[in-house]
Amino acid sequence: MSYAKEELLAVTIARLIGDARHVAVGAASPIPAMAVFLLRERNKGVPRVSLLQKRSGNPFTEGSRELFDLAGQGRIDVFFLGGAQIDGEANINLVEAEGRRFPGSFGSAFMYFAAGKTILFREEHSARVLVKKVDYVSAPGWSAPEVQRRGGPAALLTGKALFQWRKEKRRFLLQSVHPGSSAEDVRANTGFDYDAPASVPMTAAPTSEELALIRGPVARVITENYPEFARRVWGAALAVLRPA
Amino acid sequence: MSLPSNRTRRLGGPEALAGEIPDGATIGLPPDYSLVAMAVVRSLVRRGAKDLKLIGVPVLGLCADILIGAGCVREVETSAVTLGEAGLAPRFTEAAEKKSIKVVDATCPMIHTGLQATEKGVPFMPLRGVLGSDLVKHHPDWKTIDNPYAKGDPILLAKAIVPDIALFHARWADEAGNVWVGRRGELATIAHASKACYVSYEELKPGDMLEDELLAPGCIGSVYVTAVAPAPRGAWPLGVPGAYGIDDAHVMHYARLAKTAEGFQQYLEEFVFKTVAA
Repeated sequence: MSYAKEELLAVTIARLIGDARHVAVGAASPIPAMAVFLLRERNKGVPRVSLLQKRSGNPFTEGSRELFDLAGQGRIDVFFLGGAQIDGEANINLVEAEGRRFPGSFGSAFMYFAAGKTILFREEHSARVLVKKVDYVSAPGWSAPEVQRRGGPAALLTGKALFQWRKEKRRFLLQSVHPGSSAEDVRANTGFDYDAPASVPMTAAPTSEELALIRGPVARVITENYPEFARRVWGAALAVLRPA
Repeated sequence: MSLPSNRTRRLGGPEALAGEIPDGATIGLPPDYSLVAMAVVRSLVRRGAKDLKLIGVPVLGLCADILIGAGCVREVETSAVTLGEAGLAPRFTEAAEKKSIKVVDATCPMIHTGLQATEKGVPFMPLRGVLGSDLVKHHPDWKTIDNPYAKGDPILLAKAIVPDIALFHARWADEAGNVWVGRRGELATIAHASKACYVSYEELKPGDMLEDELLAPGCIGSVYVTAVAPAPRGAWPLGVPGAYGIDDAHVMHYARLAKTAEGFQQYLEEFVFKTVAA
């Protein structure tokens, strides 16, 4: 069964989320949102999801501050962060590089510490994005032992590959490559050094059960909250997916 | 420092509200998903406001991009400026890259925490995390101390933030000067922490919403509100939950036009300087 790249990424994220109780999804993260709603469809409403930008039925009654307060209390198990640059020590940069200005750090400098684990996610896999050292640290990948920190990076997912973060070595380990890429392709397009096994497995494709859920109930939620993204991924099929 | 106890004034419309916001003011503003007073923002552009400092609570979007593009802004302090699905905020991006505005980068909960310090009337408030971020190096008002209750535990302090002005839109105002913003709690935080608070509204409710048990929890009491003015569809092209949604197609149209200075001028001519029937 053929599938979109976004669908592969979403099922991979769903596997990374595992059995978390509460997942928060921040600004402009439709693929992580797809992953969480896929899990919820499959597991009878588990995990709880807090979608910061949910347009109706938003989970926060005290405004956007509440997401951070919840995280500070330890009530959020999984969060997602991206980066204009991400480096080999899992530092992320959302501010500026080489004279180019990006939107800004959002809540990253706090959430990276406070959420139980963070999945780093960036579709573009290039030496421009995955750099040796970020030009600006919006949020650090690790902290000195005296700095209190509940969580940190768990994995880095890109459009080409999945890396696991190894905290004790402060390095990434290449875990799998997506169909269409290869270990050599990943090495050539990554600006930082990382560990890799002798033989790198392929990222598991979405099952037909997963695809059916994604294109049914999951697509309906995504369309409501990320209309542009939904149009891009599901295109003409969208008319069918829209509730009457 | 003391903040005022207000007797809310009722003004005629968004132009009158914009007229009370002086050049050079520091204005606390909500994100695009949270009741932005867009009609007042357009009025500020029309009156040629200058040297404004915008504080994003905690991020900024379309309203900031328009004010920056129109030359109304000297400085922004924010955790991000974004048009959401429509991508980068083009006028902000260009101004920041050309350094024609000053940008103070923050992270969302530090902005909330600084405002919450002012809500409590204390000079600062601590927050976990953030240490090791370059934000700490560059931000003029953040300091790291040792937790006085535990040895060897560094923790970051947010200095109290006191905007001159809180500016946002409400679903309702009432005859008693209260405004209803529902679950948009960051608006209450901005209102509580600011020296003056200006609110445009969709509809006027007769009486006093604080007498209604169901409406009262979504209200900001008149004690915080300097003045209100009617502006039906005043958040357009952004939304008012329960009344109308974000006009996504318009925001995309803006994002495309504002990529160039000429396109942005064309946008202003069409949607700001001409009176728009939204």
